[in-house]
Amino acid sequence: MAFRLKLVPDNTKIDFFRWQFLTFGISSVLAVLSVVCLLVFGLNFGIDFKGGTTIRTESTQEVDVGTYRQALQPLGLGDVAISQVFDPTFRADQHVAQVRISAQEGTESVTAETINSVEAALQEVDPSITFPSVESVGPKVSGELIKTAVYAILASLAAISIYIWLRFEWQFSVGAIVSLVHDVLITMGVFALFQIKFDLATVAALLTIVGYSINDTVVVFDRLRENLMKYKKRALREVMNLSVNETLSRTVMTSGTTLVALIALLVLGGDVIRGFVFAITFGIVIGTYSSIYVAKNVVLWLGVKRDWSKKDPKDAASSFPGAEAP
Amino acid sequence: MLQIDRWKRILIIGICVLGLAYAMPNLFYERVEAHNDAVATIEKTGVSTPELEAAESDWPGWLPSGLVNLGLDLRGGAHLLAEVQVSEVYKSRLDALWPDLRRALAEERATIGTNHKLESQDGLLKIEIGNPDQMARAIEIVRGFSDPVTSLTGAGQSSLDISGDGKVMTVQLSEAEKAVTDDRTIQQSLEIIRRRVDEVGTREPTIMRQGSDRILIQVPGIGSAEELKSLIGTTAKLTFNPVAGIGSDPDAQVDPGQVVLPDSKKEGVYYTIEEAPVVTGEELTDALPSTDQNGLPAVDFRFNPTGARKFGAYTAANIHQPFAIVLDDEVISAPEIQQAITTGSGMISGSMTFDEANELAILLRAGALPAELTFLEERTVGPELGQDSIDAGKIASMVGFIAVIVLMVLSYGMFGVFASIALAINMGLIFGVLSMIGATLTLPGIAGIVLTIGMAVDANVLVFERIREELKTARGPARAIELGYEKAMSAIVDANITTLIIAAILFVLGSGPVKGFAVTLTIGIVTSVFTALWVTRLMTVTWFERARPRQIEV
Repeated sequence: MAFRLKLVPDNTKIDFFRWQFLTFGISSVLAVLSVVCLLVFGLNFGIDFKGGTTIRTESTQEVDVGTYRQALQPLGLGDVAISQVFDPTFRADQHVAQVRISAQEGTESVTAETINSVEAALQEVDPSITFPSVESVGPKVSGELIKTAVYAILASLAAISIYIWLRFEWQFSVGAIVSLVHDVLITMGVFALFQIKFDLATVAALLTIVGYSINDTVVVFDRLRENLMKYKKRALREVMNLSVNETLSRTVMTSGTTLVALIALLVLGGDVIRGFVFAITFGIVIGTYSSIYVAKNVVLWLGVKRDWSKKDPKDAASSFPGAEAP
Repeated sequence: MLQIDRWKRILIIGICVLGLAYAMPNLFYERVEAHNDAVATIEKTGVSTPELEAAESDWPGWLPSGLVNLGLDLRGGAHLLAEVQVSEVYKSRLDALWPDLRRALAEERATIGTNHKLESQDGLLKIEIGNPDQMARAIEIVRGFSDPVTSLTGAGQSSLDISGDGKVMTVQLSEAEKAVTDDRTIQQSLEIIRRRVDEVGTREPTIMRQGSDRILIQVPGIGSAEELKSLIGTTAKLTFNPVAGIGSDPDAQVDPGQVVLPDSKKEGVYYTIEEAPVVTGEELTDALPSTDQNGLPAVDFRFNPTGARKFGAYTAANIHQPFAIVLDDEVISAPEIQQAITTGSGMISGSMTFDEANELAILLRAGALPAELTFLEERTVGPELGQDSIDAGKIASMVGFIAVIVLMVLSYGMFGVFASIALAINMGLIFGVLSMIGATLTLPGIAGIVLTIGMAVDANVLVFERIREELKTARGPARAIELGYEKAMSAIVDANITTLIIAAILFVLGSGPVKGFAVTLTIGIVTSVFTALWVTRLMTVTWFERARPRQIEV
């Protein structure tokens, strides 16, 4: 017998509902904590959403944030954030920092003078400094971008719930949405807690998480539907456990390959997209968890129709709630 | 039983070969790019130099030569989002109307009395008439200047809204006319920006309308957004106006129809000029940088016939009078007319550098922007940062790719090898499709590809796991493989359609980089389903036919 790497042993019979109140409790607590984090710390919005300018500086000299700050002090730009950037892909004499200036009061568009004065002031303290990237977003656009981002997330949730509803049943749809909201909320909570920059790319990452998580959830649902047709008499809870166990090997394997690829990108892909990749990586872990522990629990509590051989949706009356399951 | 029709096999292999052929030029990026540039230059100019021909022949013409466009964040360049101040055009429309209106009203002085223009906010024209009871007549006269609006939604409306209140008549553009004007303003701006950017001759600029009054401009390879702004941001409104006086007081009292404008170079010098121009920049046909009689930088220009006629008539009637060359509300120079200029050509000289003369010539040639632009968003990425990102992305994808292959082979043995080959083909197909449709690869797009590397094997994992299960119950390996593919199908379809929904929303939401991510994700989903279902199946079946194993292990 040839060697096979088995991330999950054959024929697992894990009872995923055994700790359901604990796991669901943890999920709820994390979700609530995330909301608290979001309210207390707020998100560290990038210029996409807040307006302003970020300047990336690169120098052969060591970055001294204090000196930079002093150099920019006399310009009176208001809120200026300076942070040094570290990355394993940098050369030894490559010192990078990020300067963020919030939008100047009373201006709708970007003022070139501000950027020029900042660049001149920094060049004064460090003649070898260069500016590999400069980005400015006016407050008018940033306001619209926030709106677009919120719409996009809502639209994706709506579109998915409709698709799941059409392909499965409304209970599955609710279960999927609860788990998606759970994933998005906790990821945003982490961004708030650690004050990681939250910009348009992060929203794209959140949508990707939604996509991945639903992918996972759908695979479990699909097997559940199949098993529900196969085992008409067995309790819903049992059939669910069976379905998750049967698909567990696939769930872990796919998460594994995706994570492996993403971690390579997280470590080696450079600092420019690290926030983006981090969001996706984190989301995939949480998304895998939620498709096993959140989505189907909701379906179990809502109950689901059992007789899948008839296509008539009015048959939903014959469903019995999961609470009655032994 | 386990088999695939011959035509299906040919189709599958054909698609793979085609995709890989289209992907291949990307391996020789610089050579192909030089070849493409050379071909484009030869086609455009019709002139061919030995260097161009060498570059052209460096890549065989019969091979596909499409390349994946690199986004600004990878190639370096500038991105601008500009808002066109469309309402400025309303004012200039009314200003242009006023001299004719005044004449028409003056002709009827006997009935409506004297008229004069009142100060008003921009976009409104307020006229006071001497005889308020004849307001109806005055409005009738003005209405004579109104045209029917020719747009679909504005059909039946006229271009001017006129109302009278006591002695004061208010004229403004109607809503329908404004809509038509806005549209034309944006179209003109787009056209002029395109011409100005093309003058600089950079590769593949993106210039497109966004929303109702915005223009997105992306120019790869340009040094900074600042540079791009100075090129396209100038309105370059050139006029030739009669000069009424020269002084040093910016707030000098002037007659109606006159304005005080500063000198562009000499501080403290102000000209009082007539607002109605003799000739405008729109009547120019050409402008070239040159030097004046003292060898100083200057710009030669040439009028079209109507411009030449007007200019000739004016100069003939005003010998020894100064006239002003006004660019964007600053007087560039105010020479004295020495003699009638009837040739239709002239020269702008004044203290400028050769670079400025060159830029001015470009601006004049491309024409004036109909309205000012304000910049809402600007991004510059240096080429080194882009190259760093490409390098990092390459290494990361490579490492990710190898890691996934190791995992797959360790987990599924021979089938893992099939999946890995399919994954490699998948990568090729993604680049093939990207090149074929001329899509743009951005940094998040690279992340999308890496994500696809991880997720592409999902469909295979689903199938392989299913085959494992079926092996326990099914009769024989062939049946298990067949059932595995068959039964995994529904999950694969559902899982990928939901991801496609997300990718579509991302595409709509996204600008630039995020859109690039959506594009690679979408292509990745489609190609990975194809490779995972058809390519691995073909490999499995072919292997199975050859080896005829009595037992298989997945």
